[in-house]
Amino acid sequence: MRKLLTLAAASLMAAGPAMADLVIPDLHYRTGAFAAGGIPFSDGFQDYLTLLNERDGGVGGEEIRIVTCETAYDTERGVDCYESTKGEGALVYQPLSTGITYQLIPRASADGIPLHTMGYGRTSAAAGDVFEWVFNYPGNYWDSASVMINFLLSEEEDGSLEGQQVALLHLNAAYGREPIPTLEQLAEQYGFELLLLAVDFPGQEQGNQWLTIRREQPDYILMWGWGVMNQVAIQEAANIRFDMNNFIGNWWAGAEPDVLPAGADADGYRSLNMNGVGELPVLDDIQEHVIDAGLAAGDGANLGTVLYIRGMYAAMLTAEAARTAQEIHGVSDITPAMMRDGMEALDITEGRMEELGMSGVGPAFAVSCANHGGPGLGRIQEWDADAQVWNTLTDFIAPDDSVTQPLIEADAAAYAAEAGIEPRNCNES
Amino acid sequence: MFYREAGDFKTSYAQDNQTFPITLDRYSYYMVAAIAVAVVPFFITDYWANAILLPFLIYAIAAIGLNILTGYCGQVSLGTGGFMAVGAFTSYKLMTAFPGLDMITITILSGLMTAMVGVAFGLPSLRIKGFYLAVATLAAQFFLVWLFNRVPWFFNYSASGQISAPERPVFYGIDIPLTGANADASVKYLFCLAFVFVLAWIARNLTRGSIGRQWMAIRDMDIAAEIIGVNPLKAKLSAFAVSSFYVGVAGALFFTIYLGAIEVVASFGINKSFLVLFMIIIGGLGSIFGSFVGAAFMVLFPVILKNILTGGLGWDPALSRHLEFVVVGALIMMFLILEPHGLARLWSVVKEKLRLWPFPH
Repeated sequence: MRKLLTLAAASLMAAGPAMADLVIPDLHYRTGAFAAGGIPFSDGFQDYLTLLNERDGGVGGEEIRIVTCETAYDTERGVDCYESTKGEGALVYQPLSTGITYQLIPRASADGIPLHTMGYGRTSAAAGDVFEWVFNYPGNYWDSASVMINFLLSEEEDGSLEGQQVALLHLNAAYGREPIPTLEQLAEQYGFELLLLAVDFPGQEQGNQWLTIRREQPDYILMWGWGVMNQVAIQEAANIRFDMNNFIGNWWAGAEPDVLPAGADADGYRSLNMNGVGELPVLDDIQEHVIDAGLAAGDGANLGTVLYIRGMYAAMLTAEAARTAQEIHGVSDITPAMMRDGMEALDITEGRMEELGMSGVGPAFAVSCANHGGPGLGRIQEWDADAQVWNTLTDFIAPDDSVTQPLIEADAAAYAAEAGIEPRNCNES
Repeated sequence: MFYREAGDFKTSYAQDNQTFPITLDRYSYYMVAAIAVAVVPFFITDYWANAILLPFLIYAIAAIGLNILTGYCGQVSLGTGGFMAVGAFTSYKLMTAFPGLDMITITILSGLMTAMVGVAFGLPSLRIKGFYLAVATLAAQFFLVWLFNRVPWFFNYSASGQISAPERPVFYGIDIPLTGANADASVKYLFCLAFVFVLAWIARNLTRGSIGRQWMAIRDMDIAAEIIGVNPLKAKLSAFAVSSFYVGVAGALFFTIYLGAIEVVASFGINKSFLVLFMIIIGGLGSIFGSFVGAAFMVLFPVILKNILTGGLGWDPALSRHLEFVVVGALIMMFLILEPHGLARLWSVVKEKLRLWPFPH
């Protein structure tokens, strides 16, 4: 026991002191039930930051140091990873897990380290006056629920979902339950019937839910799945010959690993996407400077896939926020607090994305003190099983803010009351 | 040589019956306790507290609890995760419904609530035994997790079903935050240490007293125990009650102090039940010391391995995680083959040898 502790202490000390560079931790999960989504995201995230180091010498002349830690999507490991990496001067945390996000919100806020939960995590973190250190731009679950319903409305010839039945197949965990309040409200507003089908964690067992679907014959199925749950659901849908065009996943349920196992049967499956796919000039740079140079985080096979691009997009937003922070404060070696200022002043324009070689990868948006959530735009994509590509069907669709905004305010106010937070005044400056 | 027992005489029954009869053992125990109380809090960092010491202390309580039921009373339980969830959700409901309550009261009440639930699920143990009882407790596991996931009242109707611990003080009048993000690592550590110390003390004395002997009689042969006058109803239900109390306290501390935010399916699933069961099997069934060693092994070993492989040797984190499965699995099998009675038995064998060394005859 004592010997073990000594060993642990020795190995902790071997980790070394913090150096003067931009420390970006990557809390990834390359193992476990959700690795299918975690690996390409992490590859894209790390490869883009490596590209910045190799091609541009970092951000603003400051090298980026990536600190990795494996969470396996497990909350206890997430805490371990957070505590073990925060001492290295981490600028921003992106855990890619709603459960870990809930753990980290109070911790990171107390430690003064910003948290960027891109399109996941706690939806009401969009309320920047309550969640000073948490950002979830460019969109959140309630936005995506609203976008999906708006898309369904546009699909209907008479533009109405009156009397139709929409099923929500969701992971029975914090992540999957997030959209329910929004969808319930939208169901009331548009007069459709909402059928909730909860799939237990981690999501392999869905036989019961699909029996219900066969019995109820819903007009549409929306899916809030992740990892292994998506693959099983799409296979089950194919088995009962459900019309794939009416089966729509959210932006975490629409990537290559989800549809490939079902083969040709997955043809026509649709999903939401917050980023663009396709040919981006930046991918050539990554191929040249990172993958060909043997510096890739993975084996390079994921280059250009949906989640790879999303990871890259997350890294781009991080790097741009760091750049903004450097400009605001006039120093290149920024602190987490400066990083937060940079994230809050982030302004992504079409021109900037073009410059970075990823035009159309996401919507143009600006973050503000009151709005940490971004515009919440999403586009619908459809899987072509023959060509094995995702085809983008629509342009970015806007959510109905009149529905989501009051919900966000109510939930943020409830959190502020529970945690004893006095909301900031965002009108001052 | 290592144990110098010359002159170590016992002159009363009380001395003969003490927990640490060997003087050297007793002093090393005092020493460990003194270091844990008086030295560690001054050097503790957030990392040591949150990643190593808190989980170790909390799992030790859960392991003692399960050891009372499974190791001492012989009733196999796979419901530990569910009972921990009862403790966690009780403390959450108490914290949010009565903001004035202090954490000591909340933690003890959570334990009592879990004890009641444990007794309710322990009732079938009067009729069914062995594997069949294991399946009945498995039902408790799934039912409880399902309940806390399904009924919105338990998580105060929050959108996601997550529960988060608000900031609460240690005790009335002591205005030091114990839960929430602003709590100091040393405060959290000392609070858990106090609970571990008191609960381990009580468990040790319960198990060697009259009630503990009844439990062990039931474990060794229930019919024989009944014939010599042990009331199986009382013995089994008291084991379920005490065990669930411990597990409930562990669940409450797990939520309020260690994690601070919990998602019931991810934190208290069947995996948690197995983890605690592994702890007592590896540590040693029917041993308080074994509960500590088992908890230490299952909590510390992965962390140490991770730190050595990725921190020290710079391996890929995913690879070292895969290797961890292999190594931990292999070690469990090795221990079970070499010493089926757990690390506690291994230690007592070593101790016997050390006491006699260098003259084994």
